[in-house]
Amino acid sequence: MDTIASTSHRTGPVAESILVGVAAVIAFGVIPLAGSDYLMDAVLTPFLALALAAVGLNVLTGYAGQVSLGSAAFFAVGAYAAYNLHLRVPELPLLLDLVLAGFVAAAIGIVFGLPSLRLRGFYPAVSTLAAQFFVQWALTKFGWFSNDNPSGVIDAPALSFAGYSFTSAAGRYLFSLAVVTVATILTLRLLQSQTGRNFIAVRDHEIAAKVIGVPLLQTKLLAFGVSSFLIGVAGVLWAFAYLRTVEPAGFNLDRSFQILFIIIIGGLASLRGAFLGAAFIVVFPLMLSRLGAALLGGVFDSGVLEMSQRIVIGALIIAFLITEPRGLIALWDRFRAAIGRRTGRPRQDISYN
Amino acid sequence: MFDYQFLIEVLVGGLLSGVMYSLVAIGFVVIYKTSGVLNFAQGAMLLFAALTFVSLVERGVAFPLALLATLAIMVALGVGVERAVLRPLVNQPPITLFMATLGLSYVIEGAAQLLWGTQVHGLDIGISDVPLDIAGVFISQFDLFAAAVAGSLVTLFALFFRITRTGLSFRAVADDPFAALAVGLRLQRVWAIVWTVAGIVAFVAGLLWGARLGVQFSLSLVVLKALPVLVLGGFDSIAGAIVGGLLIGAIEKLAEVYVGPLVGGGIEAWAAYVVALAFLLVRPSGLFGQKLVERA
Repeated sequence: MDTIASTSHRTGPVAESILVGVAAVIAFGVIPLAGSDYLMDAVLTPFLALALAAVGLNVLTGYAGQVSLGSAAFFAVGAYAAYNLHLRVPELPLLLDLVLAGFVAAAIGIVFGLPSLRLRGFYPAVSTLAAQFFVQWALTKFGWFSNDNPSGVIDAPALSFAGYSFTSAAGRYLFSLAVVTVATILTLRLLQSQTGRNFIAVRDHEIAAKVIGVPLLQTKLLAFGVSSFLIGVAGVLWAFAYLRTVEPAGFNLDRSFQILFIIIIGGLASLRGAFLGAAFIVVFPLMLSRLGAALLGGVFDSGVLEMSQRIVIGALIIAFLITEPRGLIALWDRFRAAIGRRTGRPRQDISYN
Repeated sequence: MFDYQFLIEVLVGGLLSGVMYSLVAIGFVVIYKTSGVLNFAQGAMLLFAALTFVSLVERGVAFPLALLATLAIMVALGVGVERAVLRPLVNQPPITLFMATLGLSYVIEGAAQLLWGTQVHGLDIGISDVPLDIAGVFISQFDLFAAAVAGSLVTLFALFFRITRTGLSFRAVADDPFAALAVGLRLQRVWAIVWTVAGIVAFVAGLLWGARLGVQFSLSLVVLKALPVLVLGGFDSIAGAIVGGLLIGAIEKLAEVYVGPLVGGGIEAWAAYVVALAFLLVRPSGLFGQKLVERA
């Protein structure tokens, strides 16, 4: 992880903005009108929530170099914080709940990030594991968090903003898309600033970073804070826009690993990678179940599916770490560069530093 | 009136279950010491070994034969992991290797259950779990047996590391991989052996844990119990794994019994982590871990 992944293509600025424009029109205009409810409900909305969580984890792990195994905890904190804010302070608009829930997750994230100030290597990862177990325990144990539901289940309120409500599949998709777009752009700006370079300096060489005057304490805690904030907001989307009924058990260690795997497969230290990885993690099980059913028929039941999914994901993680540690996004960039050469369009070679 | 007898019972129960944690932790330490990898797949290996053994026995394979077959499979797994995962990732940062073992644990867990099914298997290794009454304190016979197994395993390792040539090369690699390479030790062979040893430790631990909990998926989660033990004892010390395991076992039970009721119980899941982390803030290299000289 000694490279600063490029965050924008080396295409000309005009072509680049046309591309972004087309993508925006498709995402905001075409899909909500033409896409099926299934596509938006079961594929795109969870994709958006997971992608935002992966962006958050990428800030911490990909850029600032601290491995976290507790993402699901901050996911859960976001969801439950927003739920309680909505329940107990009904005057606040939902969008403000969302942001405040992010700050609550950030505060918890900073607390569990504290050990990273004194410890290196695996120890901070162990601390985030503690967050994972503690949060799940607290949410199940204390009825207050779930308004005294015996099993800690919460029913999310309908999404609404400025008088409009977003209850349809398309509405919830659009709401998520808007939130994720804004959050990603802000994160990108942050990473391109001095702060982002500080993250990378801490990741690449802590002592050298300190020598050139990077404030380690602030930088690490900020990384934990920003990361948990984003994951918390993603958790709100997950609970309010995607599942709408959530229980603490849904935010278990497997969910944390899933988010970690997204950024490994997609590409560490790349925001585009987070989106690619999330797309892969969401689509892959659907593809695998179709493929398995087509090839093996009845033998391929849900148990076999789950196990083979585990095997393939695990093998992919190892394969990516060995052959392409920069993940899918590096493959994608190479692919685009190859297309560019084929069509004879003059473009710079992709460089990674 | 404070019930001391109950306290002692809880304490002894905790210490003995701590032995089981140590058993898992030793598997980690062996690998960490020689290859610097925190092997998250240790729990999956434990599940795999226990599940393979139980399934073989259930399919009518004789007990000793099943034992041998499982051992052979664990050896193959150790060698396979070295070839397929460690060798290509040589010289990568520890965090990368750690993430690779995360992937590995998914593969092994999935494979184990795909091969042998997901149902819970009972495992009877012929040790009755009738509590012994020693001076008014009830102690589980099974726990005592587990403690004896762990004790002899550790003695065996200590002798192995001390006396044999292979043990010597382990210590050399642990001490300084580059120097070990320079004097002609075959690092890859050492790693393959180390992973095999860890596989065998996982097998023993799997048998004991399996007999206690039943052989099922949750067996692989004992890895999560071992992490605080490692943090407390130091990642690279077998003695630390033992003492850490005992401490964590005792603390966990005491916390559950005496602190748990104050906050609603169920704190076993994270109490060990909190204690381990709090301890770390005071002594970052654990109880017995090597001090890292770092000028920061």
